[in-house]
This record gives sequence, C-alpha cells and structure tokens, in this order.
Amino acid sequence: MNKPKDSTGHKNSQELIIEGASCASCVAKIETALKRIDGVDNAQMNFALRTVVVDGEVDSEDLVQAIESIGYNARSAEDTSDDELLDEKEIADQKYYTSLMRQMWIALGLGVPLMIYSIAGGPMTVETTLERGIWLFIGILCAAIMYFAGKHFYVGAWKSFVNHSANMDTLIALGTGTAWIYSMVVVFFPMAVPEMARHVYFEATAMIIGLIDLGLALEVKARGRTSEAIKRLIGLQVKTARVVRDKKEVDIAIEQVLLNDIVRVRPGEKIPVDGLVIEGQTSIDESMLTGEPMPVAKEEEDEVVAGTLNKTGSILFKATRVGKDTALAQIINMVKRAQNSKPPIGRLADAISAYFVPVVMIISIISALVWLNFGPDPALAFAVVSATTVLIIACPCALGLATPMSVMVGVGKAAEAGVLIRNGEALQTASKITAMILDKTGTITEGSPTVTDILVADKSYTEKYILTIASSIESRSEHPLAQAIVDSAIAQEIDPEDISDFQAIAGHGIEAKLEDHHLLFGNQKLMFKKGVFLGEFVSKAQQLADEAKTPMYLAIDNKLAAIIAVSDPIKEDSIEAIKRLQSSGIRVVMLTGDNRATANAVAKKVGIKEVFAEVLPEDKSNKVAELQAQNEIVGMTGDGINDAPALALANVGFAIGTGTDVAIESADITLMRGSLHGLADAIAVSKATLRNIKQNLFGAFIYNVAGVPFAAGLLYPFFGLLLNPVIAGAAMAFSSLTVVSNANRLRLFKPQEH
Amino acid sequence: MMIINLFGLVLIALIVWWFWLYKPAKAIDSTVESVTVIVNNGVYEPSRIIVAKDKETTLNFLRKDGSPCAATVIFPDFEVSEELPVDENKAIELPSMAPGQYSFHCPMKMYSGTLIVE
Repeated sequence: MNKPKDSTGHKNSQELIIEGASCASCVAKIETALKRIDGVDNAQMNFALRTVVVDGEVDSEDLVQAIESIGYNARSAEDTSDDELLDEKEIADQKYYTSLMRQMWIALGLGVPLMIYSIAGGPMTVETTLERGIWLFIGILCAAIMYFAGKHFYVGAWKSFVNHSANMDTLIALGTGTAWIYSMVVVFFPMAVPEMARHVYFEATAMIIGLIDLGLALEVKARGRTSEAIKRLIGLQVKTARVVRDKKEVDIAIEQVLLNDIVRVRPGEKIPVDGLVIEGQTSIDESMLTGEPMPVAKEEEDEVVAGTLNKTGSILFKATRVGKDTALAQIINMVKRAQNSKPPIGRLADAISAYFVPVVMIISIISALVWLNFGPDPALAFAVVSATTVLIIACPCALGLATPMSVMVGVGKAAEAGVLIRNGEALQTASKITAMILDKTGTITEGSPTVTDILVADKSYTEKYILTIASSIESRSEHPLAQAIVDSAIAQEIDPEDISDFQAIAGHGIEAKLEDHHLLFGNQKLMFKKGVFLGEFVSKAQQLADEAKTPMYLAIDNKLAAIIAVSDPIKEDSIEAIKRLQSSGIRVVMLTGDNRATANAVAKKVGIKEVFAEVLPEDKSNKVAELQAQNEIVGMTGDGINDAPALALANVGFAIGTGTDVAIESADITLMRGSLHGLADAIAVSKATLRNIKQNLFGAFIYNVAGVPFAAGLLYPFFGLLLNPVIAGAAMAFSSLTVVSNANRLRLFKPQEH
Repeated sequence: MMIINLFGLVLIALIVWWFWLYKPAKAIDSTVESVTVIVNNGVYEPSRIIVAKDKETTLNFLRKDGSPCAATVIFPDFEVSEELPVDENKAIELPSMAPGQYSFHCPMKMYSGTLIVE
C-alpha cells in the first residue's frame, strides 16, 4: 500500500497515525485540513484505527504540520521505529500484567477463605435453609468474581467456539463453569440431587480463576525476558546523527539521514548509519555485532557499521546505507524472523494442538459418564469433580510454548555471539551435523595471501623483472592469489607492463604475451601440459608446498623463469576452533582449489585429517554431495560468495563473514566474525537449544499424558485417590510457566571458553 | 441413566462435528472490500481472507488483546513474522502468492486464520 519513499520524501499514498482525535467529528476536520494542502488528491480517515490515508505527491512533513496546526498530533505510520514498538510492547505487557494481578487478588480474595474453611473441615454441603441462603450469597459473589476476574476466559471461549475453534480459554471456561453451575443447582434444587452429592464447589471456581490469572501474569513477566537479545540489538541503534549540511555540522534525527550524507562521529559515540570513512582514523569496537572482542582499526575507504562504537579518533564518513538497509536493521529483522520460525521438531506439537482441546472435552465427558455408570456414591459429585478436573488440568499452552520459547532465546543467544541463524530449520539441522567441510581460503586461513619467496630459475632475469611480469599478468586475473602478487609489486613501486593475448585456463593458470615473448603463469599442471622442463625445481616447489605455501611457475618462451610462492597465513584461532568441532564428534574436512601438497601442509598444521585438494570451483558442491552420499549430515563453511552452490546444497550452509560485511541472504547461518570459533559456537548453541526444546516438549507431553488420566480418576479404584480441581488449576497454571522458565535457562548458556 | 449416557454420546458427536468436521465456507474478499483483521479474545476476525494471486498484498492487523499470545502473527509459508502493537494498526506486507490456501497464526497456534489465494 505504501509506496517506497523516493529521495525527496514524496509518496503517492501514505498513512499517518493521529493522536488526540477523540470524537467522530474530528474526522471531517482532519480530512478537510489535509485536502487543503497542495498536491493532496484525497485524504480518508479511519476513525476506529485513528489513521488517515493520504493520496498525492506531498511531503509527509507538510501533512504532519497541517494536522498539528488544528490541534492534533500526527506521525507517519512508517516511522514507528523498532525502539518505539518495543517500548509500546513493554507498556502493553506491563498493563496486561497489572490487570491480571488485580484479577488474581479479586479471585483469591474469595477463593482462599473458602478453601481454608473447607480444609479446616467446614461443611460444604447444603442441608438447612440457612445454609442454602449463605451458599446462594456466596454463589452470587462467585459469579461476580467470574465476571470481574475471569471475563476474558469466557469471552475468549465463546468467540473461539463461534469460530469452530477451541483453546485454553475454552477449557478453563468449561471447567469453572461446570463447577459453578453444578453448585448453583445444588443450592436451588437440592432435592434434585442425591443427598450425599449435595456439595458446592464455589471455592474451586474462584481458586482456579485466581491461580490461572497468577500463572498468566508470571508468564508475561518471564516472556519479557526471552526477548532480551533482540532488545539489546535494537538498543544499539542511536537516535540522532551529526551530519554536515551547508558546511555546518548539525544534529538531526536518525530517520532524516539521507544516502551520501557526510556524517561526523567523535570518540565514544556510536556509528549511526553504515558508511565509508572519508576522513580520519580510528579504532572501532564491533563486538556487539560480531562477537569479536578486539577493536578494528579504520581509515579512509574502510567501512563502518551502524551500532558499533567509535573508540579513539574522530572520523567523517559518507552514508552508504540508511534506515532499513543498514546491516544492523537487517540483522534485527533476520533475528526477529528466525525467533518466530519453528523448527521441524515443533510440528508434532502443532499437529497435536489442533486436536488437543476437543479431545480433552471428550475425555471429560467420558470420564463423567464412567463415574455416573460405575462410580460409588455420591456418583454425581464424583462425576462433576472428575469432569471439571480433567478440563482444568489439561494444558495446551505448555505444549504450544515448548518450541517457540526455546527458539526465541536460542536464536537471540546466538545473535549475541555474532551468529545469525536464518530459521528454526537451520537451527535444528545444525545441531545434528556429523561432517563439516571447511573451505581453506578465508575460512581456515586469513584469506589475505602474501608473496613469501621468489626462486629465480633463469639467472638472466632479476627478481624485480620476474615480479613485474607476474604482476602484469595477475593484474588481469580474478584468482584469489593474484592479488597477493599485485600487492607485492605495488609495494615495490613496480609499474605493470602491457600484456596481450590474455587467456585464462581454468584450474591451470594463464597464458599471455608480452611484446613477442610467450608467457605461462600457473601451477605444475600447466607446465606439464605445455611441456615446460622443470628439473630440480619440482622438488624445490614441493618443499615450498610442504611449508604450506602455494608455488606458482612462470615460464617465458616455454622455459622456466621462476617460482613465486604465495602463502595465506592461518587464522590464529583456527587450530583451537577445529579441535572444538572435532571434540564434539564432527568429522572435519578441508576443501580447497590449491595443490595437494600445500593443502596437506595446511591441514596438518590445523589438525585436519581429510582433505579435498585441487577442487575446481564448480566441483565444490560435488564434494558436499559425496559426503551426503555417505549418510553424513553435512555443514559447509565458506565465504558465501565463491561457494554459494556448495553452501546451498549442504544440509546447513555457514557463511563466514569478515567483519560485518556479510552476504546475509546467502547462507542458513551467518558468522559475523571471521573466527572459526563462531562456527563451534553456532553448533553449540543449536545443540543447547534443541536439548532445551526436547526437555520442554517431553515435560509438556508427560504432564498432559499423566495429568489427564489422573484427573479423570484412574487411580481411584486402586488407591482411592481423586485429584482436587484446585490443585489441577495450580498445576495447569504453573506448567506453562515452567516451560517459559526452562527456556529462559538458555540465556545462561555460554559457548565453551576460548 | 440410559438417557444420560445417550446425552453424553450426542455431546461427543457434536464436539467432533463442530470442531473437526464442520468446514467454514464464509470468507472475506480483500479484493472487494478493505480488510482489517481484529486480533482479540483468541480469534482473528475475519479469519478467512481471500486475496488476489500473483500480486503483493498488504493486510492490516489491529490487535486489541494484551495477552502475549496475540503479540506476533506468523505467515510460515512466506517467512513473514510481525509484531503487533496493541491498539494500533499494523500493515503487513505479503509477497505475491501462488493460488492455494495458506495459514497464518500466532507462535502457539491458538490464534489461527487462513489466506485463500485465488
């Protein structure tokens, strides 16, 4: 409905939220005021919603001003920030909590004294006229309590009944309703009821309503804590930014920052929007997004990310992403979405919940019939008690809450560690991974290779000349190692030569021409293919490879000129993180396009036993399939750019980001920081979350499966035990609270020390 | 006693019919009239909504119930999950959809509704 804003803030149709409009006559006033503005084609107010939709090419600021000038407050509906939403939610929750607590006191105010009276042995029967009078009074009092403290149960039950659905309200309304109606029948028509069954249950009705109100109130509080992680993320967003407008620095609201604005950030301030540094140097703490504890140095041309903290220097940067496009906004969005998605393990509970309430109603009827037919005297009283207790003890909520609550906390916890989980399914599969493929470059290693050795084979060339030729060729290549050679040449202030007839041979290297010289630059395979004699340099190359360096051959006019070795340093914590993966029983495999000797050397250093080497980029996904064919549940970790097909094919694809520049959409799980510890953390969090879900589901199932037959009186023939409806109410109220509290335990989860 | 047993069985049959066998036919056509889904007392009203196929759709939700159950609405088939503020209109944008029936519900599936795309 709302068309996207263009850069000038004009829209074709927009919605405003109006505050302070309290009477229907305001509608005409507001509509007229809006229609008077130039450019407004139509304005229509929805009084029930307190919103107005305006058509036409106008700035929303003008609309807001017009409404304010006639004495109302207005704001654009799109401007409701996450922050405000969160505040509103907290206020709403608090209000709900307060009203539930008030209702609880009302209900328990009658329930507790009655309960004490009955436990103390006071007769709850109706025999004399005086007793009838007293109980009638209490019955009316009880009805008042049902209205003031439990109205929401009855309205909810009725509404869903009309819609052919049933929920927790249905069970509570039926249970308490049955107890009350039976008691009133006893009071009004004691003769219609066998003498022994002339018992009233007003205390049960009042107590159950009070206890369930209390349970709900505590649940609201506990639920608030499950969203702590997202609150923290939203809290990272600053409210204002200092931008340069008309050569002056002014503070403006964050919503008003435009693309390409120049933003000033001083030490100790948070970065307001994403951008590129254009002036100044600083170090920035990105731990809140990436989990990476070390501050990151930034200078001109470096990217800065909204929500991170500027530590040391003052910088000017150009805004490249604002509003909903910033990495932070996208992360918040993704975490929110993932928190509400359901892993497959929760589907069973969903399937059950569709049948749960009606089944419980049927069990309750059967239970009453069995008592009436076969029960001892007073059969009628037993029937009423068992039917009520069955309805009250059954708790669809615990079942329904089991999965979502844990996912909410688990996904949030992961986000705190810089691990973004796409959805519930990824979370569940990640917990079951048996094999993990790690791409070498950029995953195990830094991904920033440097030239380490130049071995000149033909002494008529100098090292500098070799580097000149190599960098001239590589400046046109897209190979990851090419940049290392180009950088090395730039560092030595070498200008590239003009290369012609450039031809890349996939998986081999490059063929080209410099003036009338024929050039070959690539791996051993290329040299063999072109018949270049290598002699003793084969073993020299082998030696370099054993040191985890990648040797590349340069041949001029089909004669070996030199070997250039490039090495990509291993990230310092890769060894430890790989050990963590292995010790949790995961088969770790390294995958690389690099030559076998270099690959083996790297693998040996980091403690990986299995290596797929010399894999062409397009074959990476075949290797994933190969492991899957061995019945492994395969995780694939890569940078998410070159290995997208392999990530997609894997059971869970992990994109390992360097810093916050992440391709969020490309993977099931995104690791915000470069360290492989993020990977181990991701798996640890998933396992902990799944364990938590299983505990919850198990608890909720057992509770219902054991509780309902007990309530129906299954134990009575053997032990003479029949559950009191009040105890059933307490059990029910606290079963869902238990589930939420157990999920909250996940908040304390800490990934293994590293 | 006979009558009571019979009454109980009829009641069970009614429950089965009312909650499981009955198929609601009524649906609100959002292509004809503007629809605001009211979220209150455990139900979405209307809960069956017809929307146009192959076209992005915006549905308005208005939550009136403070219960945390009502706070989020999820369209699992489209990976859409939105927080609903209390007493405030919330427009939810849905991608273009292929014809069929899709459910939307709260995280616990106590509130539920159906989108009929045609």
